[in-house]
Order: sequence, then structure tokens, then C-alpha cells
Amino acid sequence: MLVMRDIVKTFPGVVANDHVSLEVQAGEIHALLGENGAGKTTLMNILYGLYRPDSGEIYVKGKRVHIRSPRDAIAHGIGMVHQHFKLVRPHTVAENVALGLAGTPFWQPARVVERGLKELSERYGLPVDPRARVWQLSAGEQQRVEILKALYRGAEILILDEPTSVLTPQETAELFKVLLHMKQEGHAVIFITHKLSEVMEVADRVTVMRRGKVVGTLPTAETDKGSLARMMVGREVVFRLSKGECRPGEEALVVEDLHALSDRGIPALRGVSFTVRRGEILGIAGVAGNGQRELVEVITGLRRAQRGRIIVLGKDLTNRSARRIADAGVAHIPEERLRMGIVPGMSIEDNLILKKHHRPPFSRGPLLQLRKVHAFAKRVIEEYDIMTPSPRTPAKLLSGGNIQRLILARELSGQPGLVVAAHPTYGLDVGATEQIRQLLIKQRDSGVGVLLVSEDLEEIMALSDRIAVMFRGEIMGIVSASEAKIEEIGLMMAGERRQQEQPS
Amino acid sequence: MDWQSWLIGIVGRALAFGTPLLWGTLGEIYAERAGVVNLGVEGMMVLGAFSAFAVAQSTGHPGLGILVAALVGGGAALIHAFLTVTLRANQYVSGLALTMFGLGLAGLLGRGWEGIPLKQPLPSVTVPGLSKIPLLGPMLFEDQSILTYIGLVLAVVLWLLLYRTRWGIVLRSVGESPATADALGVNVFLVRYLAVILGGVLAGVAGGYLSVEYRPSWTEGMTAGMGWIVIALTIFAGWDPLQAIWGSLFFGALYHLSYRLQAWLPPELLKLMPYAFAILVLAIAGLSGRRRGAPGALGVPYTRGEK
Amino acid sequence: MRRVGPFILERRRAPSRAVVIGVSVLAVLAALLIMAIIFAGYGVNPWHAYATIGKSTLGSRYGLMEILRRTIPLLLCGVGLVIAFRAQFWNIGAEGQLLAGAVAATGVALYSGIPGPWLLPAMFGAGFLAGAVWGIIPAFLKVKLRVNDVITTLMMNYIMIYIVDWLIHGPWKGPTMRGFAYTDIFPKAAWLPTLPLSRVHWPTLVIGVAAAILAALILNRTRLGYEIRVVGESEGAARYAGINFLRVSLAVMILSGGLAGLAGVGEVAGIHHRLLSPTQVSMGYGYTAIIVAWLARGSPGVAIVTSLFFGLIFAAGDVIKTVLRMPFQVTGVFNGLILFFLIGVEPLMYWRVRLLPKGERWTGKAGSSGS
Repeated sequence: MLVMRDIVKTFPGVVANDHVSLEVQAGEIHALLGENGAGKTTLMNILYGLYRPDSGEIYVKGKRVHIRSPRDAIAHGIGMVHQHFKLVRPHTVAENVALGLAGTPFWQPARVVERGLKELSERYGLPVDPRARVWQLSAGEQQRVEILKALYRGAEILILDEPTSVLTPQETAELFKVLLHMKQEGHAVIFITHKLSEVMEVADRVTVMRRGKVVGTLPTAETDKGSLARMMVGREVVFRLSKGECRPGEEALVVEDLHALSDRGIPALRGVSFTVRRGEILGIAGVAGNGQRELVEVITGLRRAQRGRIIVLGKDLTNRSARRIADAGVAHIPEERLRMGIVPGMSIEDNLILKKHHRPPFSRGPLLQLRKVHAFAKRVIEEYDIMTPSPRTPAKLLSGGNIQRLILARELSGQPGLVVAAHPTYGLDVGATEQIRQLLIKQRDSGVGVLLVSEDLEEIMALSDRIAVMFRGEIMGIVSASEAKIEEIGLMMAGERRQQEQPS
Repeated sequence: MDWQSWLIGIVGRALAFGTPLLWGTLGEIYAERAGVVNLGVEGMMVLGAFSAFAVAQSTGHPGLGILVAALVGGGAALIHAFLTVTLRANQYVSGLALTMFGLGLAGLLGRGWEGIPLKQPLPSVTVPGLSKIPLLGPMLFEDQSILTYIGLVLAVVLWLLLYRTRWGIVLRSVGESPATADALGVNVFLVRYLAVILGGVLAGVAGGYLSVEYRPSWTEGMTAGMGWIVIALTIFAGWDPLQAIWGSLFFGALYHLSYRLQAWLPPELLKLMPYAFAILVLAIAGLSGRRRGAPGALGVPYTRGEK
Repeated sequence: MRRVGPFILERRRAPSRAVVIGVSVLAVLAALLIMAIIFAGYGVNPWHAYATIGKSTLGSRYGLMEILRRTIPLLLCGVGLVIAFRAQFWNIGAEGQLLAGAVAATGVALYSGIPGPWLLPAMFGAGFLAGAVWGIIPAFLKVKLRVNDVITTLMMNYIMIYIVDWLIHGPWKGPTMRGFAYTDIFPKAAWLPTLPLSRVHWPTLVIGVAAAILAALILNRTRLGYEIRVVGESEGAARYAGINFLRVSLAVMILSGGLAGLAGVGEVAGIHHRLLSPTQVSMGYGYTAIIVAWLARGSPGVAIVTSLFFGLIFAAGDVIKTVLRMPFQVTGVFNGLILFFLIGVEPLMYWRVRLLPKGERWTGKAGSSGS
């Protein structure tokens, strides 16, 4: 069905794909496994015509093809569902499918598409309302739209990039059913992931990539998680976190009956209450878009609460400014590192004093104390292992892991009482991930309260002392991590409320 | 003077004054719907005004003047498209440059043409039959420019095109989320070029209307900030061609009133009215949250994900 | 990486200072080249034109003084715009803010009755204040109502132009000026001293240079400057860091508008000694200052150099008008062109061009990226 041979693609300073070859058959689900930055997505972007390879050949159904743009890819029966959905959010589902579609009428094309969509939805078990606007849909529904979009264009080879990262365990099961159905209809499915369990569950064969190269391709029946992990990381992996016993102290954060609106003005938080004590990590689990972002923003002063109270370290800080809250000892490791966490064009030094620039020792009266800033920067760059040629280097030139280290250095060096960490290891490689998790645990052990928001259930399970699950702006239940079962958390993520609330 | 002739005068003249605003706004709406802000409207309009006048005066054909104005406007917009779409330059600065360049070039070339009345202006039309309707007839169908009517029809056509056709979906998608359109094989660059050029063509006609129809003569800087009013109207109209009609009429009426009220207020103060109202109107748009209609990728150059 | 013929183009992430300067000079040269074509189109030999301009500006004391006097308003407005642009505040309203300063200075000079030695300081104070007020209205609208700053600052220009027009035709029209639309001449105490045999009102020039130095200090050494840079570089990070947008925007526009206001004071107190038609007071300094600031790339110190360059362009405009008998609008065309080229060559700064090794130079198709 598909052969990619000796694909090479370089970006400045990086060889993203180094003579990569891949072979996928009709009627198979082929997993592409690798760490972040291993080159999986680059390879698929080449197949889909978004990138041009420096060299290499692609064959579809035995014929050599030149894919110069997504249009070529579509013409050769290739469809792709990107990790970050490529949908026009204000438009309807049908309009999204009709976009750029050949063979639709000039006048009112969405109408014709609506009819075709109904049929496809039924055939593959992908229910969705063609007239709904995309922004109104849940992540799972949006993913269905993406798959339908590809199928409507006659995709025989379907690429899915990290498709389960936005789904509940139940939705994931649904998706796998659809994929198996497609396989039976003779489609080839390429499934990009870094989750071993998914590979074992659904894939027929797996190709493992590491640092831009293929490590090997093998049938899943002939392998196991352990050897796949070794291939993926290149060494023995032990997910060992030195985590002492939890010794909860006084209350670091009390949230009472919190209500808030989303950017679109619809309720995003509907009566959220919980407590984080000093010396414990409370993990917030949940599918993206169930109010986690808003919760973090309200706590850190970036969004107004409509109702309810937030008490930080004994002080009522409801609807205080972000600066007041930060000054009160709240560290915030933001979800959007590049957009919020750093000022990309400014130096590392300048970035390290963000949020602290207005207070001594970095500032006296209206003047910055540049010498103190230099000294501080030098110290924490070493302490937190930030790899940089100089403290004056613009932050945007750092790698993802180093950017996150910079943010942690800044946030944790001020001896906070509460750390709010949103997706702290998202998109980082194994080394940086491990280091950052250790840092968070160190904070907890030194008596800091940590609120951890993450979509990575494994991370939540490994780090948290207690786990709260959010669904549609409410807490479905709070369980102790040692007793938590993944099935139970999955049910809560899908909206099932836990019977008895556990007192904290 | 009774209220009827007042009303007839105001609405009729508001239409006439609003026509260049309507043409310009329709063009800017399309450019911005594709995600490109063009602050060069003033420059494109003034180039259109001069070229239309020069051609109409030397050939005796005002229609040809308008046609050339359209081409010149489109050509000027092409510069903006090249800089902002291909070279991904800052859209604001490029637009400002286009305005400076346009005002300068028109002023330079127009030196010898200043102050001469146009021999053969574009004739105004009176719609037979319809003009006999009491009140509405003289208000809407008497002594108007053909470009006024074309502009109104164009607004409807552009609205239909935007919301009811395949092209409309493509255009709106390119402005909302170019990466999505690109991933489906839409040529984002081509769409943006075409939209920006269309914007220039319409701005050119708007300028031409001023110099061969409304005030059949050429004076330096005769657009007097209309291009900026157009930018404000685009926002006020919520990027909707039909809404642009009302906005243009309102500002047309304001311009007209700034002459009408001279018996009571100093003319200089009246002249600043449209500009003050433009700020006011945008403040209202801000309060009422109309800005939310802004295309998602407005002002952002598109780069395919290659690092 | 992309291949074009025998060359390899590579992305670079942060251009060095030498590259930035080189590319900027390239842009200026390109604009001069196009201007040469325009000269030729006018039947003026470009060599002759540039030689004449050079001789009459850089080549004589009078010419040099003219450059300096044109530099003064450009420098003050330009430094103000540098500050605004650093905060990503699109202040296109320096023209109106300059006029506001001129109006306030005129009001103080003619109607305040402040005695002699205090008059000029009062005029500068009032001018700064008026420019600042004209600047903070758009700042409020931007932060509170999210109204686009480009449009409001521009509209404020037109409004101020008509206010000046109204004043000189109406309430402030000088009784001794008969039919002309001028105010009366200022009392001598309101005249700024000039360098001998020139129109260089040097106190304003000193203020301008001081403003540039002060602005550099503010941007690099103070809390406010730090916050301005953060707001300008990343709105998200500024919000995250709890920086007060309203306060920063107001501060930025008070400085930016105020400095433009000072430029207006200089023009009426140093050159015209009365308020007259807005196009005579300013001739578009506020707009040209946008290019001064853009070319300075965020550095107030560099704005001293770039404002001198545009002072030269203005002086050249006078020469073009009087000696070459071409319209002054030539400078407008040049300004537009130079801005086009400046932003057009910007991408060049992010590409490194390298010649391929000899053997590989002519293999493969030229003009295509390898596939």
C-alpha cells in the first residue's frame, strides 16, 4: 500500500529524519512509536505534503509518487488527523468538510456535503451533527469530524497523530473500534503515539523511531512493552520516582464553590471545591477542556471568579490581581510555555526575574538592580541546569526542556507556599520529564502544596498523593492515589460521579 | 425648507458620499476576511482618484478613468500582497508605507492637474419610473451615480459569495485558520493575493468616484482620510458586506451634515465630525463585543510549519 | 534549508548587529536607486540631482543647519515612537500630538500672561501635557475597549488638524493679521534662541538628545522599561506576570505623546513664532518619525542617527523644490519606498546564503528545493 524509502529531512541544526524507511500494508494498523522529537510527526508531515523531504522516495500502491502539497497527498488517497485539530472553529461541521473539496457545487456546497456526511457517519459509526459549529463540539467529536473529513476525501491511508491524547479512556476505546472497522474495510491506518499500551492494544505492526532514525519494525504479537520501551528510549527505562511518604501540613490552598466563565462566556467552572495541603500533591485529572485551564487561571489571578472563594496560605485572594497572588507566594508553571511562561525575545536573565522584577532585591524604587539580576541569573542557571551559552541569550533560542527549566527556576527559587503546575512535562523528552517530576516532588517534600494539572494519567498517578477528576467544570470525585484504579478514574473523566466524597 | 426636502437631501447625499466608503469598505472586508489588514486604503484611493482623473481628462472617457483607477488600485495592492504574504512583512507597516507612497506619488504626478474641472464627468442617473415614487423616489433614485447602485448590488453579491458558496468557505477559512485550509490543499497564498488585490481594485474605484463623479476635479490629498474611515467601518461592520451598507450610509450622512450645518457651527469643527464619530463608533463596537467577529488569523502572516 | 541554483539558503534565528545594519543600509540604497529612476523620469539627471542635493545640504553651513532644524521634531517624535513601538503600541498619531503641543504653547504664549523668563518653560510644560493628553485617549480606548490603536491615533491626527484650522480661522485669529489665517506673533519672551544665522532652535535640540538618552535609560534600566519590553514582546507573558496593561500603556503614551508635544512647541516657538496652518507647522514630521523609529529598531540612541538621516531627506526636499524645480512630494514617495524596502529586506536578515562546494554547484535542477 505505502512505502517510504530513505527519507531525509533536516532542519537547522537537527536531522529530523535520517534515512527513514516505512512500509505499511492495506488492512493493517501500523503504529509509529517514539518519544517526543523522535521525528514521527515530521515523517508524516512529509507523507502528507506539508514538508518536502531533502531526499528519499515515496511509493503508493507500488507507484512512485511526488507529494508536493496536501492536495497531492489527498489525490493519492492519504488523509491525516493532526494532533492539534485543523478545523475552522467558527464554521459548521459540513463547511469544514466542504473546504477545498473537489467536485462540490459552487452554490451552497455545505448542503450536498451534509447528505454525504450522514451516510459516512452511519457506515463507520462516527455520529456527528453536520450543522453544529466546531467550537461547540467536544474534543472527541472534533476528532470524528477530522476522520470524516479524511474519509469523505476517499482516504485509503489514514494518519492519526497522537489521537488519544485528548480522549477519555472510554472515548479511546470507541476510537479503536472505529479504527478496527476501517481496517476491515481495507484501509491502512498509521497511528502515531508514544504510549506503549495503545500500541499493544490496537496495532498489528509497529515501527519504532528514535532521534530521527528507525530502530526497527516488528509485529506486535512478537514483542512486549518492555522491549518496545527499550527500543524507544535506547536504554533500560525505570519509571522510578523517589517519593517519600506524604506528610500533609496546614492548608496551602482552599477552593470553595468556585464559578467562572470561559472565554466564550459560558460557564466553565460550576461549583468547584477542594483543598491542597502543604506537603502534598493534588493531581487534577480530566480530558482537556473540562475547566482545568479556567481553574488554573482563576487561582492565579488571570481570570475572574464569578462566585466562590480562594484562600491561599490563609489569605483570601479571590479575584486579586495576578501580581498580588504571585507576591503572596503562589508559583505558576503555565500550560502555554512559549506564549505565557517566557518572553521569547528577551534574555534568559530578564526572563528569570519576570514576576519578581518589581520587588527587592531586583528593583529599588523605579530602578532595576542589574548587578543583582546578573548574580541571581548566574546562580540559578547553574542550580537548575539550564543549558545556555550565556545569560544574555534570548530565551527563544533554548530547547523545550531548557525553557521549562528556566520557568521552574524562576518559579521555585522564590520559596513559594503553593505551586500550580499545568502540564509541566508536556512535549518534553524523557530526561527533562524525569528531572522536572523530581523537582516537583522535592517541593512537596519540603512542605510546599502542589496543584498538578495534567492530561497524562500516568503522570497524575505517579506524582499525586490525591487525585481529583474534573468533568464539565465540576469535580467528579477525589480519591487517594494509592487506592485509585484507572478504570474508576476513567469513569469519572467521562462524567460519572463518585458515590461518596472522601473527606480531605 | 420643509422636513421632506431635508430628508431627501440628507439620504440622497448620504448615498452619494457613502459610495466611496462602501466600495472601499467592501474591498477591505475581503482582504481582512483572508487575514490581511491593509492600512494602505488611503494610498490606493488617492492613486485611484488621480489616475481616474488623469485618464478621464485626457481621453474624455470617465468610464475608462474608473477602469484605470481599478487597475492602479489593484496594482498598488499587489505590492502590499507581495510584502505581507510572500515576504511576511508586518502588515501594519506595509500598509502605512503604501499610504505614504500613494499620497506622495499622487501628489507628485498630479502637480500639473490640480484645480482643473473635469471636462466630462461621469453622468449621474435618474432611474425612470422609480424616481416618481413620492419621497423614496427623489431620495434614492434621482441624480445618483451609477457607481452607487453598482456598489449596493456588489455588497449583496459579495455577501452571497462569502456565505453561500464554495469560494466563500475557502476565503473565510483562510482568514480564520490558514493552516487548516493549507492542510486541505487550499493555496493560502493565492487566496490572500486575490483578496488583497480585489481590495485594491475596489479602493481604486472608490478613489476614481471622487475625482470623476463626486467632485469632478483633482486636488492633492482629496481623499482626506476617507481611507482610514474605511478601516474603521470594516471593524464596525463586523466584516460583513451587508452591514457595510449601513455604516457607509451613516458616515456619508455625517460628511454631508458637516456641510449642511455650517450655518450654525464653524466649518472646521464640523469637518472633524466624521473622525470623532469613527472613534466613537469603534468604542461602541468595543463595548458591544462586535470585535469578536474578527477573522481569527487577522494580521498574522502564514508560514507552513517548517521551522 | 533551501537550494537556489549554486546557493544554499539557511535559516538563522537571531541576526547579528552587523547583518541588521547591513540590510538596513541596503534598503536605503534600494530606495535611492528607485528615486534615481523617478528623477530620470522627470528629465533630471539623477547624478546631477544627487550631486546638487549633496552640495546644498551636506556641503554648506546653511544646508547643515537646515538638516539640524528638520532633525529636531523628527528626533523628539521618533524617540517617543520608539518607546511606543517597544510596547507594541501603534502610535501613528505623533502628527496630532505634535500639533497639540503647538496649540498649547501658543495658548500659553499669547494668553497666559506668564512673565518673561517663565514663559518658555511654561510653554514646554503645557506642550508636553497637551501631547500626552492627546496620546492617552487612544491608550484608554485600547486597553479598556480594545479599540485598534492605529485607527484611533490616526483619527486623533485629523481631529487636531481641524482644531488648529478652527483656532487660526476663528477664536485665535490674530487681529493684526488682516486676512491671513494666523495667530498674532508671540511676544519675544516666547521665542526660542537659535544658533547664529540659522533656524536651529538649539534648546529643543538639547531636549531631544536628552530625551533619547533618558528613553534609553528608562527602557533598559528601570522597572517601567522592563514592563514596557515585556508588554511589547509578549502580551501573554505580561498578563501572566501580573503587569498592569493600563498603567504601562498610559505611561508609554504620556511619554510618546508628550515628546511629540515638545516637538510642536519647538516648531512654533523656534521657527514660526505663531500658530499657523497645520501643514505649515508640521509638514508630516509625525508620519516620517514612524520611519525614524522603525529604522532605529527599538533603540532611542539609534533614533538620533536615523532622525538626522531623515532631517537630511527633508532638507533635500527643499533643495529639490527650489533648485531642481520638482515638487516637494518627492520626499513622500521616498519615505514610502524606504519603508517598503525596509520591511521587504527584513526576511533577508534571517537567511544565511552560502555557496555550495564546487562539485555540487550545478547538479540537480536550479531554482528548486531538492526532492
